[in-house]
Amino acid sequence: MSLPTKLRHLAALTALALVAAAPAATADDQSTGKEQFFPLQSYRVGPYAAGGTGFFGGTIDYFNLINTRDGGVNGVKLTWEEGETQYEVERGVEVYERLKNRANIAAWNPLSVGIAYAMIDRISKDRVPLITINHGRTDSTDGRVFPYVFPLLLNPYSETSGIINYLASREGGVDKLKGKKLVVLYHGSPYGKETIPIYELLKDKYGFDVQQIEVPHPGNEQQAQWLQIRRIKPDYVILRGWGVMNPVALKTAQKTGFPADHIIGNVWSNSEEDVLPAGDAAKGYVAITTQASGADYPVLQEVVKTVYDAGKGNLEDKKRIGSVYHNLGIVNGILNVEAVRIAQEKFGKRTLTGDEVRWGFEHLKLDEARVAALGAKGLFHSINVTWDNHEGDGRVTFQQWDGAKWNVVSDWISPDWALLRPIIEKSAAAYAAEKGIKIRTSGDVDKVTELGSEAPAASAKN
Amino acid sequence: MTGFDFTFFLEVLVGGLLSGVMYSLVAIGFVLIYKTSGVLNFAQGAMLLFAALTFVSLVERGVPFALALAITFLVMVLLGITIERTVLRPLVNKPPITLFMATLGLSYIIEGAAQLIWGTQVHGLDLGIDDTPLEISGILISKFDLFAAAVAATMVAVLTVLFRWTRVGLAFRAVADDQFAALAVGLRLPRIWATVWTAAGLIALVAGLLWGARLGVQFSLSLVVLKALPVLVLGGFDSILGAIVGGLLIGASEKLAEVYLGDVFGGGIESWFAYAIALAFLLIRPAGLFGQKLVERA
Repeated sequence: MSLPTKLRHLAALTALALVAAAPAATADDQSTGKEQFFPLQSYRVGPYAAGGTGFFGGTIDYFNLINTRDGGVNGVKLTWEEGETQYEVERGVEVYERLKNRANIAAWNPLSVGIAYAMIDRISKDRVPLITINHGRTDSTDGRVFPYVFPLLLNPYSETSGIINYLASREGGVDKLKGKKLVVLYHGSPYGKETIPIYELLKDKYGFDVQQIEVPHPGNEQQAQWLQIRRIKPDYVILRGWGVMNPVALKTAQKTGFPADHIIGNVWSNSEEDVLPAGDAAKGYVAITTQASGADYPVLQEVVKTVYDAGKGNLEDKKRIGSVYHNLGIVNGILNVEAVRIAQEKFGKRTLTGDEVRWGFEHLKLDEARVAALGAKGLFHSINVTWDNHEGDGRVTFQQWDGAKWNVVSDWISPDWALLRPIIEKSAAAYAAEKGIKIRTSGDVDKVTELGSEAPAASAKN
Repeated sequence: MTGFDFTFFLEVLVGGLLSGVMYSLVAIGFVLIYKTSGVLNFAQGAMLLFAALTFVSLVERGVPFALALAITFLVMVLLGITIERTVLRPLVNKPPITLFMATLGLSYIIEGAAQLIWGTQVHGLDLGIDDTPLEISGILISKFDLFAAAVAATMVAVLTVLFRWTRVGLAFRAVADDQFAALAVGLRLPRIWATVWTAAGLIALVAGLLWGARLGVQFSLSLVVLKALPVLVLGGFDSILGAIVGGLLIGASEKLAEVYLGDVFGGGIESWFAYAIALAFLLIRPAGLFGQKLVERA
C-alpha cells in the first residue's frame, strides 16, 4: 500500500462518523485556468470500498492517461477531487455541498443510486450532468424530463431485458422461454426492487413463470431464501445482489444443491469481489456486463505504460488492473472525456460549463469504429446518446467465472428497447407531473448556459 | 402451495438452528466480556473482522496456515491488552453507558485500523471444509454448518470448564459478582480484564474464521454483531448457555418466519423479526432466559 493511500485511509479513519473528506489525487494543473473539474464522490473505506476503489481508480487512471499522454482534452487539463462517502447518502450530499461551488465542474459521477437520487433536483438546478453509468433511475433515460441525468450504457430495465434475451438465446429462442421457471433473488432495497414490474411484464410477454424473493440487507443470511428456491425448483435464478449478498448467495446455492451455471448475476453482481469470496461455489456462475474484463485492450495497455509505469496508477494492487470495476471506471472515464471532447467541437476548445458538457453527453455517439480508435474495441460495444435517450442503447454481454477469471460466453446482446420505452416515458411523465417539470423538446437542446452566464442561452458559438 | 410439507419444514428448522449456532459464536464473545466486567462490548464485531482480515492477509502473503493462526492469536492478545490498558483501565467504575460508548468508539477505530493496515479488498477464505450438502432423509444439511456447530459446542465446553472448575474462572466470577469485593480480597482486576479480553480476542478469531469462510473476509463481517444482539437479549447477556440457546431460538424462528410468514409482510422479514422476538422477550423477561436477575436495593 502506497504512503498517499495510507494517508487517505488515515484521513477517513480520523474523520470517523464526522464529515469524511479525504482529498485524493488532484491533477497538477489547476492554476492555469484551462481545466475541467470532476468532483468524485468516492468510497475507499467502508463496506463497499472494494467496488469504489476499482471504479474510481479506473476513472482516475483514464483521466491521468489523457492528461499525461495528450496534455488533456485539446489542451484542457482534467482535474478532480475526491470526497469520501463510504457509500452513504448523507455523506455524498455533504461532498456535493462542499464541492458544488468549485469552478468548471464538468459532471458528477457518484456511483451510488442513493446519492444520485438525492442529487437530481440539486444538479438540475445547477445545470451540471449527473452520470449514473449502469445504474440510477430507469426513467431518467427520458432526457425530455431529466435533461441532466445520464444512466449511460444500461438502465435497470434494459438490464432485465438483456438477461431475459440471453436466457432465450441459451434456451434456443424466445419461444423456448414459455413454461420456464425463474426466480429473481433481489436485494431488499429500492435498487433491488426497481426491476420487479419489468420481470412481471416480460413474464406476460414470453410466458415464463417468475417468483421474486427478497433478501434483507446486507444479505449475509440466505438459508431461508435458498430453501424456498430448492422447493420451487427453478430453471434459473437471477441474482440481483450487491456487496456481501452475492458471495453468500453463491455459497448458499451450493449448500442447497443449486448449480452455479444456472445462476445469472446482474450488473452489480458481476465483479471479482462477488465471486472470489465464494471460492469453488462460484465456478460456472454467469453474469451480465457492459464491459469485458481483462487488461489486453489497447487502452488498458496504454494506462499501464503511461500511468502505472510512471508511478501514477491509482490502484494499490496492480493485479486489479483490468478487473470488472476497474474496467467500468475506465469506460466511465472514456465516456466523460468524449462528452467533453464532443462539446468542445461545438463550443470551442476551452473550459466548458456543466450545461455545455450536458450538450456533449446528449451528442455522445461512439460507434464501433470510434470505440476501436479509442483502444477499447471489445472492451465495450458502442453508445449512442441523444437528447431524449440518455441511456444510449448500450449492448450487454455475458461472462462466466472459471474459478480464476471471467470468460465472455455470449455475443453482444441488445435489450428490447422498443418494449421498454413506453414504460419509461410513462414513469418520466408521472415524475414531471409530480415535480411540475416542463417536458423538453428538441428545440431546447441547444439552449445552454455559457461561461459567465447564469441563464441558458439560445445559441452557442462554433 | 398444497398441503403442509413436513420435510420442508424440518429442513428450514434444521437450517435455522445451524444458522443460529453461527450467531451464538459471536454472542459468546459478548457474554464473556459482559459476564466479567459488565461491559457490552460493541467492538466484538470489529474484533472479529480484524482477526479474520489479519489471518487471511498473512496467509495470502505466504505465511503457513498454523503460523498465521498463531500470529493472529498473538495480535489479538496484544489488542486485548491494549484495550484494557488504554480504554478500560482509565474508565474503571464509570457508568455502564460510558463503557458502552467507549466500545462503540473502539469498534470504529478497529474497523478503520483493519482497513488501514490490510486494505479494503475482499478476500476469500478456504478452511478446507467441503461445503457440499449432506442429504439425510431428504433434508439437506450443510457440512460446514455442522463443523461450525461442533466448534461452538467445544468452545462452550471449554468456557464452562474454565468458569466452573479453574482458579482463573473463580476469579472471573468473583470480579463479575462484585468488582470492589474482588479488589478487596486481593484480586488483580487489570490482569483479569486483560485475560478476559484476550479470551474474547480468541473467540473473535474463531468466529471470524468461520464467518469469514461463510461470507468472505470483508468489511461486512463486522455487521454480524447485529445478528448477535437479539440472541443476547433472548438468552441473557451473562450466560454462555443462554448465548447458545438464544442463538438456536433466533436462528430457527427467523428462518421459519421468513418462509411461512414472509409473504404476508412482502418478504425479507428475517432481519427485523429477530428483533421483534427480542423486544417481546424484553417485555416479558428482561434478564433473558438464562440471565441473572438484577436486584438493586435503595
